[in-house]
Amino acid sequence: MALIELLDISKSFEGETVLDEFNLKIKENEFITLLGPSGCGKTTTLRILGGFETPDTGKVLFQGQDITNLAPNKRQINTVFQKYALFPNMNIADNIAFGLKISGKSKEYIKDKVKYALKLVNLNGYEKRSVDSLSGGQQQRIAIARAIVNEPRVLLLDEPLGALDLKLRQEMQYELIRLKNELGITFLYVTHDQEEALTMSDKVVVMNQGYIQQMGTPEEIYNEPENAFVAAFIGDSNIIDGIMMEDRMVKICGQVFPCIDEGFGKKKPVDVVIRPEDIIIGKPGSGILDGVVTSNVFIGVHYEMCIEAGGFEWLAQNTVSYPVGTAVSIDVAPENIQIMNKPQSEDEEALALDE
Amino acid sequence: MKKTFKGIYLAIIILFLYMPIVTLMVLSFNEGKTMNAWVGFSLKWYKEMFENRIIMEALTNTLTIAFWAATVATIVGVTACIGLNAMKEKHRSVFMGLNNIPLLNADIVTGISLMLSFLLFGISLNYGTVLFAHITFCIPYVILSVMPKFRQLENHTYEAALDLGASPAYAFFKVVLPDIMPGIISGFLLSFTMSVDDFVITHFTRGVGINTISTLIYSQVRVGIRPTLYALSTIIFVAVLIVLIIVNVISNKKEETRHEKN
Repeated sequence: MALIELLDISKSFEGETVLDEFNLKIKENEFITLLGPSGCGKTTTLRILGGFETPDTGKVLFQGQDITNLAPNKRQINTVFQKYALFPNMNIADNIAFGLKISGKSKEYIKDKVKYALKLVNLNGYEKRSVDSLSGGQQQRIAIARAIVNEPRVLLLDEPLGALDLKLRQEMQYELIRLKNELGITFLYVTHDQEEALTMSDKVVVMNQGYIQQMGTPEEIYNEPENAFVAAFIGDSNIIDGIMMEDRMVKICGQVFPCIDEGFGKKKPVDVVIRPEDIIIGKPGSGILDGVVTSNVFIGVHYEMCIEAGGFEWLAQNTVSYPVGTAVSIDVAPENIQIMNKPQSEDEEALALDE
Repeated sequence: MKKTFKGIYLAIIILFLYMPIVTLMVLSFNEGKTMNAWVGFSLKWYKEMFENRIIMEALTNTLTIAFWAATVATIVGVTACIGLNAMKEKHRSVFMGLNNIPLLNADIVTGISLMLSFLLFGISLNYGTVLFAHITFCIPYVILSVMPKFRQLENHTYEAALDLGASPAYAFFKVVLPDIMPGIISGFLLSFTMSVDDFVITHFTRGVGINTISTLIYSQVRVGIRPTLYALSTIIFVAVLIVLIIVNVISNKKEETRHEKN
């Protein structure tokens, strides 16, 4: 049985629909990420789970029990807020002990627990420090410690790494995975950062404009995006109009590419996704399409190049550099061509990427 | 040249600001009764002041009214801020506008309208009506100094407290109140000084025989002010000065420790 179920949740703020008949099941001990651009309804979903918003319609079930109207302080759910929300008038130990004191735990128990929680987040001996004296990353870890010390069944995390710099963010990602494995509690994570979502999650839910676009493991989301929104939002990709000629044959830019998808019908317009790292660059005539390199940027591990071929500007990544102006040809392995249905008309609005 | 000019200018300003008070303080130690001649140093006006029942009563009235008016206004004002803070932006700005009107309103209008209201409801003017009037005009000052603190509250700390199992009341007293405390203290002090300072509203709402220092001085102007009131004014001035210095020293210390930590 699912630990948490959201059933047909709708919510609008001043006439603007944020969630529309939203459904989601969260299993025990799962690291699940809601991923989407700002305004997609992910934070609202989290706030409904935490009890800070009441949905207009629909139900929230916790172990099968309706908790839709239960106050936040009565839920076995704790939240790590976006801006940490530590209590500035208390020291670190009092911050972490806040929930334990309310539940009436003994002094020794609280002391041990605070120590344990600080150890978990690698901040041993910080009990007496003031909130002001900690860096952003440390404050974030205290916020996590303050939440997990209460042993919640579910931990909600609202873009907790948003305010940290890149290096710290990457470290914290590994820390969160470690914490989740050590504690064995369910994590519901909200972010607009696709890298965070892919690195940490067991399951990613891609959202836009109050709808779920796709749900699946990070590999599924990355390798088999279901529509153009997911493909564009997760990583770089070439999204091209194509026509499915027949099973395993797709026509792109006037050329037929072999692929491995079946069951789309004949002569059906589709969206085709090809990841830049899957484009094979060769000598002119050796691939399917011939073209010319129009730009070339070194971005660390590889070169990122634009190749004008067949009337489309292809984004390609390669460890070998092809200078601007070089005539090349491009080829794609059949299994790296991802075919998607064109969006339904009602979803079309939801596909517009608003950054 | 420029420097000396600057110095002279500053000296003139300070002279204008403090000359009257210094004059008053000097005269309070004058042995003679006239303000034209220095007869000799004496503390006799201070002695007389402490022995004068009317002055002491007026002083007690002033301080107790100021204390209770500030206390009640602070409680009412903070409660109002909680409500205002929970309102939608549109409604809040309407009420904040309503809150500002009494601040700008002339004291004489407030005083007369309060007096009329009391009389209309058959309430005889006494200590209670003065206190009530002072509470009324202090509330907007409290709201004005507490509301900004609410608006700049650390994001989500209240929600975080609820999330950790706190009841709304516990979360308010443990988390919100400490954060808005500076606003509450300044609201209280502002109310206290406004109340001590007030003459016009007190004058219209006081009953027979109820005097505060300001109304007492006013009534004595007609018969000629005795130097006992200079002594009283000097003591009040020095008391305020000491409080001000203490408050400044404390807040400076706090600021310093905060800077050291960072």
